Amino acid sequence: MTSLDVGTANAVEGVNAAVAMDDVMQKLAEHKGCGTSGGSGKASCGSGAGQGDLPTEIWEKVKNHPCYSEEAHHHYARMHVAVAPACNIQCNYCNRKYDCANESRPGVVSEKLTPEQAAKKVLAVASTIPQMTVLGIAGPGDPLANPEKTFKTFDLISRTVTITINMVDPEIGAKIYPWVFWKHKRYTGVEAAKLLTDRQLQGLEMLTERGILCKVNSVMIPGINDKHLVDVNKAVKSRGAFLHNIMPLISAPEHGTVFGLNGQRGPSAQELKALQDSCEGEMNMMRHCRQCRADAVGLLGEDRSAEFTTEKIMAMEVDYDLESRKAYQEKVEEERVAKVAAKQEELATLAGAASDIKLLIAVATKGSGLINEHFGHAKEFQVYELSTSGAKFVGHRRVDLYCQGGYGDEDSLETVIRAINDCHAVFVAKIGGCPKNDLIKAGIEPVDQFAHEFIEKSAIAWFKAYLDKVNSGEIEHQERGDAEIRQGALINAA
Amino acid sequence: MTLKIIASQCTSCSACEPECPNVAITEKNGTFVIDPKKCTECIGHFDAPQCAAVCPVDNTCVIDNAYPRYQAPA
Repeated sequence: MTSLDVGTANAVEGVNAAVAMDDVMQKLAEHKGCGTSGGSGKASCGSGAGQGDLPTEIWEKVKNHPCYSEEAHHHYARMHVAVAPACNIQCNYCNRKYDCANESRPGVVSEKLTPEQAAKKVLAVASTIPQMTVLGIAGPGDPLANPEKTFKTFDLISRTVTITINMVDPEIGAKIYPWVFWKHKRYTGVEAAKLLTDRQLQGLEMLTERGILCKVNSVMIPGINDKHLVDVNKAVKSRGAFLHNIMPLISAPEHGTVFGLNGQRGPSAQELKALQDSCEGEMNMMRHCRQCRADAVGLLGEDRSAEFTTEKIMAMEVDYDLESRKAYQEKVEEERVAKVAAKQEELATLAGAASDIKLLIAVATKGSGLINEHFGHAKEFQVYELSTSGAKFVGHRRVDLYCQGGYGDEDSLETVIRAINDCHAVFVAKIGGCPKNDLIKAGIEPVDQFAHEFIEKSAIAWFKAYLDKVNSGEIEHQERGDAEIRQGALINAA
Repeated sequence: MTLKIIASQCTSCSACEPECPNVAITEKNGTFVIDPKKCTECIGHFDAPQCAAVCPVDNTCVIDNAYPRYQAPA
């Protein structure tokens, strides 16, 4: 079977089949079911903590999945187990030999696992990282091209499927996919792309008809499928996908991909945001994807895979501690509710203010919805769009570690400024004197007066003061420029 | 002749293994190898050698000139 069969009866039966799993996986599956029920969860989603337009039954399924819920991604962790290396589709942004920098399956992993090793790894990781609620098979190839291995590992843990759909027009597809191997034959050009898109859409329909939650990933490739992704968005929405994740192309010559070598560029931060905004009226957009490696472990944006190599796992005495996991997850629910309450309170003070001004801010955070990271320690900044309707999370920007060893490194600071150049302000827990001055020179206001407070509440308070200053003529509102998207798959930053 | 897999280019993705109609491909020491005694270049099975057609790295499953051309049984 091939991944073109992604939605055919074979693959779907695979998803539904309760393949006999060993006790380890069963235990996790059962736990996942009970760990997050309870009144506090309802309270938080009922008050708009991220449920958005999602029906309650879907929200209940995904609220603790870091990839599907932007609420969850600070609190809950994921791990990808690399059991499915084969792929029958060639993509111009992927180089299987070295690395596929795009997608949630950057092609190269440190080591492959057997399903049995994967099961032990899951248990070991879940015991060490209480936030772990999600297990994914992210290749490194195409998991549905390896159905036996994938489903033997997958089973009951998570009944969701993500399909990468970069086009619904074969003419465009031919520029993205050089070939497809199907039924003993290698197809190329428009023929290959037609085969792929027909079967992908059919597969999506069949999965959603059966009640399986489907997220669609798309790689935004400027000049090739950027405008077309609006059509893709409509096509997948009409077929029941519940979430669309448009990701920027990652492309650099050193990746050895076709796009990397022929100089195909990725989108800028504003190009990506404009496309996401234009699709948003249609359906839920995912804006917090970190384009993780296929063997990533931990919270989004962190990779603890080095702690869990096969050698270390096999030597581990695993003590699966259900109680501490439960306690952690209850605490997370409380935090969620508190965060939402704070935001609502502040938002009420903004009521009545009328202004067309919309602007972006960057936030240094370690999670929990708080401004709690030092500017120089931030590996990424979260970006919020502020307007009179409130603060809306619209993405994140990865940056190199700016503070390395206690002294400021000017080149890294420039990288940071380029990454958040479209923001009016950057909210931090703490910031040194030098970077503060450089940020001001670059036109970005460093804001540290809300250290360790809730992000959205603080952002709204700051925005209100900003509007007051504009209205009183103290400052003049100016548009910011564009920003850069960092290249390279997320690896463990030292 | 038979096909061979150039080990230095093989990504060990395993895509070729299930495609081989002769079950000639196995994993050895982290990469995949073709048993020259079993390989028929897919003659009589398919239009093109399946391992080469599915392999994600170009010029990795190639004809091995060290062996004589495969003769389909009459």
